[in-house]
Amino acid sequence: MFGNSTLTEFIFGRLSWQAIPYHEPILVVTFAAVVLGGIALLALITRYKLWGYLWTEWFTSVDHKKIGVMYIVLAIIMLLRGFADAIMMRIQQAIAFNGNEGYLNPHHYDQIFTAHGVIMIFFVAMPFVTGFMNYVVPLQIGARDVSFPFLNNFSFWMTTAGAIIIMMSLFVGEFARTGWLAYPPLSGADYSPGVGVDYYIWGLQVAGVGTTLSGINLIATIVKMRAPGMTFMKMPVFTWTSLCTNILIVATFPILTATLALLSLDRYVGTNFFTNDLGGNPMMYVNLIWIWGHPEVYILVLPAFGIFSEVVATFSGKRLFGYASMVYATCVIMILSYIVWLHHFFTMGAGASVNAFFGITTMIISIPTGAKMFNWLFTMYRGRIRYELPMYWTIGFMVTFVIGGMTGVMLAIPPADFVLHNSLFLIAHFHNVIIGGVLFGLMAGIVYWWPKAFGYKLDPFWGKMSFWFWQIGFFVAFMPLYVLGLMGVTRRVSQFEDPSLQIWFIIAAFGAFLIAIGIASFIIQLVVSFLKRDQLRDNSGDPWDGRTLEWSTSSPPPDYNFAFTPVVHDHDSWYDMKRRGYERPLGGFKQIHMPRNTGTGLILAALSVALAFGMIWYMWWLAILSFVAMLAVAIGHTFNYNRDFYIPAETVTTTEDARSELLAERT
Amino acid sequence: MASNIQAQDTDKPEFYLTEEHHPEGSTMLGFWLYLMSDCLIFATLFATHGVLGRSYAAGPSPADLFNLPLVAVNTAMLLLSSITYGFAMLQMERNAKTETLFWLGVTGVFGAIFLGLELYEFIHLIHEGAGPTRSAFLSSFFTLVGTHGLHVTFGIIWLITLMVQVSMRGLIPENRRRLMCLSMFWHFLDVIWIGVFSFVYLLGVLG
Repeated sequence: MFGNSTLTEFIFGRLSWQAIPYHEPILVVTFAAVVLGGIALLALITRYKLWGYLWTEWFTSVDHKKIGVMYIVLAIIMLLRGFADAIMMRIQQAIAFNGNEGYLNPHHYDQIFTAHGVIMIFFVAMPFVTGFMNYVVPLQIGARDVSFPFLNNFSFWMTTAGAIIIMMSLFVGEFARTGWLAYPPLSGADYSPGVGVDYYIWGLQVAGVGTTLSGINLIATIVKMRAPGMTFMKMPVFTWTSLCTNILIVATFPILTATLALLSLDRYVGTNFFTNDLGGNPMMYVNLIWIWGHPEVYILVLPAFGIFSEVVATFSGKRLFGYASMVYATCVIMILSYIVWLHHFFTMGAGASVNAFFGITTMIISIPTGAKMFNWLFTMYRGRIRYELPMYWTIGFMVTFVIGGMTGVMLAIPPADFVLHNSLFLIAHFHNVIIGGVLFGLMAGIVYWWPKAFGYKLDPFWGKMSFWFWQIGFFVAFMPLYVLGLMGVTRRVSQFEDPSLQIWFIIAAFGAFLIAIGIASFIIQLVVSFLKRDQLRDNSGDPWDGRTLEWSTSSPPPDYNFAFTPVVHDHDSWYDMKRRGYERPLGGFKQIHMPRNTGTGLILAALSVALAFGMIWYMWWLAILSFVAMLAVAIGHTFNYNRDFYIPAETVTTTEDARSELLAERT
Repeated sequence: MASNIQAQDTDKPEFYLTEEHHPEGSTMLGFWLYLMSDCLIFATLFATHGVLGRSYAAGPSPADLFNLPLVAVNTAMLLLSSITYGFAMLQMERNAKTETLFWLGVTGVFGAIFLGLELYEFIHLIHEGAGPTRSAFLSSFFTLVGTHGLHVTFGIIWLITLMVQVSMRGLIPENRRRLMCLSMFWHFLDVIWIGVFSFVYLLGVLG
């Protein structure tokens, strides 16, 4: 009997039937839905014999365009999960008054707000942004792919592996109940003994490897792979913001990795970095995590600024106003974002001088950001503005983001922060900048670059529905939180005593439903546009009269992007080429050197899921086995020297001739 | 100005290259960037040691624990391994495969001695009751030095892999590039160790 139980413990670690939350009806129903949906999806893929296609054309692809699309698919799927968490919280807070405990117990509610934050930042915003950078940057700089195509595929799968680890916590065990940054000592072994924080740590560590490597890859790509003639000051603004974002990624994600590693040591080995006793210092964690955490918000918003810059210039039919000042503002924001982290914990008690320093640096960031805002406005001024969908999102952004920025300056004043700290005012502020800045930017990016990626525009009616519901829904959902925050209501509370607050929470919940309609409209937009794709088709490759190189190639671009490498003479180089009578080359194509697909990235990522699962549940044999297997696969991969091939000149000619025919049909 | 623009309009420069474009290799830059990101991991651990390095929790302090002569020998091993790696690279430049492999082997041996001495030190400390759980100082000490040791371990695994690949395929461009990367990695670990030796051991013992 005893021997049997040690064997079970050896095999399963601390995993047992109790870990399966079958007593939570919400989770059981979700699980059933996921299983049924999953089976249906797998059946459809099998029915239409798509496995081979998916494996060879997508999963093992090292093509930056396909990897970019896969990142965005991951982000949209995770957006649905993160939003489900959001609307559950809104409903709970709207009804949990006057002794009504609502439908979520605190144990469950705490997991939901943690998961919402973690998923939205790490598995929605990050893959979205990385996806756009992957898709657009090589096209904008006239390159055939990124510097390290295999690494790119590996990075994507590591991000996906992190998302899978987080999703597993929904049905096997539990998630962290600590808030999205898992401050110790609450997240230490004493106060969070379960698997929740371990899921958090391993999910982020695995995804973090992917993010860091993808950052290195894109910096090398932008620095080394630009088309001849494209000096730094001729790069498109989106490429500039991508460069700054990736520098921030490489300069901050290692700090997150190290910090979470120290937290894991505290939990697994019993060290005393962040404990209350034996010399540990929990505030060290808070400092370190925010040295990563503050640049992280700029990692997200800078590419969005880049998207707006492209959209404003294109749809105003003008060169971007103040290109150089835009570039400098981006670089200044990049540097300043590194020296403001302490404003996240003014109340820690660092003293007046320290708080004053960080308060002032924070306020200074609003200067380059303001400069950008004026640049966009002056670009529109006297432009021939076309109010297409991307422009809707851009103008919505300008209105919304300025409000969020101003409440940010309020929070940057240390005495005001002592009142507003940890309140719903803060929640309203960062949703104001993340939704109004990042998300609106990503939505603008989707409608703007969709025709490039798939060859047809998105349906404008459902796009406008989505925009207006998002825009109005945002204000209805978050303005009440500003009010509540000013009244002193703190965040992360699942039940309330004061009935006079309820009306504000009901309004906020209504706003969340408006946003839900916005998301639904977006998905309907994708479906409707797919069904109407023949009407919405664009064969020109340049549906918006674009200005940068990605619009010079066909939609969708061929595997090799450009039959001949473009030569750049000015920024807005495609506009420059069109203006000066560029003629598309029709012959003389040569064979093109391209990287070969590989499944190694996917295998390594799958093994890292097994490794993480073993570590989370103390199944040491599984952890060791998968680690050894990872080493073996990685080393084995280096023995493969046959990594590239040539696309024959005839294939290039056939592809380009097909495009010539399409172009001829238009005129 | 206006005439200038006009001139540009009529002037049609070259808009694409008809020859295959070969951007210069990105591997060295990419590997540098990786090293810098790794450097930040060490920076975080150094900063943590800076904050927690004197939190002895009424336990032993560096002066009680560290055996400086042993650490000096250890340091010498790692520095020598960097020199021998340099010799290997010189032989690679001369295209001498056997000599390259020989010096790589010597580098690996020095690295292994370094690791052995470090492990001996760790085991000794743990036996004395000064393990990583004893105080925040010891937590940060073991983590910083251990992370460096882990890097050396992976360096040795990588070194062995490369030795196999060089003996299989010779000093082909791919293998030269890989040897260059490992060279940067190995010297980087040396630099980090100089920091560890100075700040953790020497300054620690000075108190």
